[in-house]
Amino acid sequence: MSAFGLLAQFLQLFLTVLLAPLLLGWVNQCRAWLQNRQGPGIDQPYRKLRKLFQKDAVIAESASPLFRIVPYILFGAMCLAAAIVPSLATDLGFSEAADAIALVGIFALARIFMSLAAMDIGTAFGGMGARREMLVGFLAEPALLMVLFTASLISQSTSLTVIVETLAHRHFGIYPSLAFTGIAFLMVLLAENARIPVDNPASHLELTMIHEAMILEYSARHLALVEWASSIKLFAYVAMGIALFVPWGIAQAADWLGMAFALPILIVKLLVAGFGLAVIETVMAKQRIFRAPEFMGTAFLFGVLGMLVHFLLGA
Amino acid sequence: MPLSSQFINLLASILLLLAFAMLSQRRIRSLIRLFMVQGMTLAVSTAVIASTTNQSHLYYSALLTFSLKVVILPWILLRMIRQLNVEWDVETLINIPSTMLVGIAIVIVAFNLALPISHLAGTITRSTIGIAMACVLLSLLMMITRSKAISQVVGFLSMENGLFFAATSTTYGMPMVVELGVALDVLVGVLILGVFFFQIREKFESLDLRHLEKAEEE
Repeated sequence: MSAFGLLAQFLQLFLTVLLAPLLLGWVNQCRAWLQNRQGPGIDQPYRKLRKLFQKDAVIAESASPLFRIVPYILFGAMCLAAAIVPSLATDLGFSEAADAIALVGIFALARIFMSLAAMDIGTAFGGMGARREMLVGFLAEPALLMVLFTASLISQSTSLTVIVETLAHRHFGIYPSLAFTGIAFLMVLLAENARIPVDNPASHLELTMIHEAMILEYSARHLALVEWASSIKLFAYVAMGIALFVPWGIAQAADWLGMAFALPILIVKLLVAGFGLAVIETVMAKQRIFRAPEFMGTAFLFGVLGMLVHFLLGA
Repeated sequence: MPLSSQFINLLASILLLLAFAMLSQRRIRSLIRLFMVQGMTLAVSTAVIASTTNQSHLYYSALLTFSLKVVILPWILLRMIRQLNVEWDVETLINIPSTMLVGIAIVIVAFNLALPISHLAGTITRSTIGIAMACVLLSLLMMITRSKAISQVVGFLSMENGLFFAATSTTYGMPMVVELGVALDVLVGVLILGVFFFQIREKFESLDLRHLEKAEEE
């Protein structure tokens, strides 16, 4: 591990964790603009986090210690995920420790603890939300794995560093396999981050909630950590999409100048991606929960087709 | 890889995608629209192959594909569903997600079957043979799983599309006489099947082909 790798790693981790709520704020702001509303401003998530951190936590009587530690596990897992996904530079200190498959495992770990905490209190909505989350999660995971496998097949490695460097160095051309996996990845991103066709993040109706139903019992600093973690998750997913499908401009190897350029390029890409997400959420309606398996089945189909097309066409 | 062959590959992938879209479509009207898009993609890919390989007769077959499969056949079919008043085809024999999984298995089989053929072929489009074969088999699967007569006919027509694509990608198209003959066959076939639809409905008051099995026993 080089000094550059370590420094790039910490810089990226620091920026990701701090910028993640900003991305969420930007998506919400864009959505407000598209709906002809003024919007709360893109720094609203920070104000919400500050408010929550200042409050006193209330915990249900029936809560076990698990309920208290889950927000910290969740936050830690998401920070680790954000550290592994190359967003600023590919030569990251932690990249040798975990590859693409481990990344999917980290997301699964966070999901399991979140569901356990939701069931821990014993309220009806928590259990319902946890069951729905596991349903969506277990269908989204194979699709995500297929996307990562296709990228791994192209670059002959499951290491995210190698994948992103290979993809960034390819000739500019039409790659049907990447187009298919790109669509699959977008669908997984929407489902895993509780965005609109699968779940509505702004919903106040408990019966339709998935992610929100699981965190109903959390308050104050616990809720702040959970919300912060989910914004880091969104950031990590968007960064993963950027790294896989539009990796140009990322700093490679020990390249300080590249790092200086990588940050503004990343910010522009994030702004575009956030706006795209807002557009998707504005033009689509939330589907019935029973449609979610079909939605994720389609994502899996796209992932598999991408892989098969890569085998056949070599592109 | 030259840009034109990349473009052909992209169109081939779109054809595969459309075959899956047709497999999962529940509404007959959207099914016919997908068939239109499939014909369009086929015409464009034929024209691209024609311009890259300087095979001028392929331009005519692209034109023929466009006029027959994008304009005439969808028009006949849309008129037919208006007259027969059928909109939905909910009763697939296997539910749609499992049909998709069977479809994936079929694609794997087709790709494996096509591998030795594409090693022998010398055309620039040889890697798309597998996709053409998969399209044929997926359309066959659609014909098997649908119970309504009209969606079976659309499956039959999209199978012909797949065969046409296979012919263009292995040997740069069939001789013009054969192509014209097939086009006429398809057109007449649809017209005759249209007459059948009305007869079937008059007899059973439904377009569900499972009634035909019972008719045999009587």
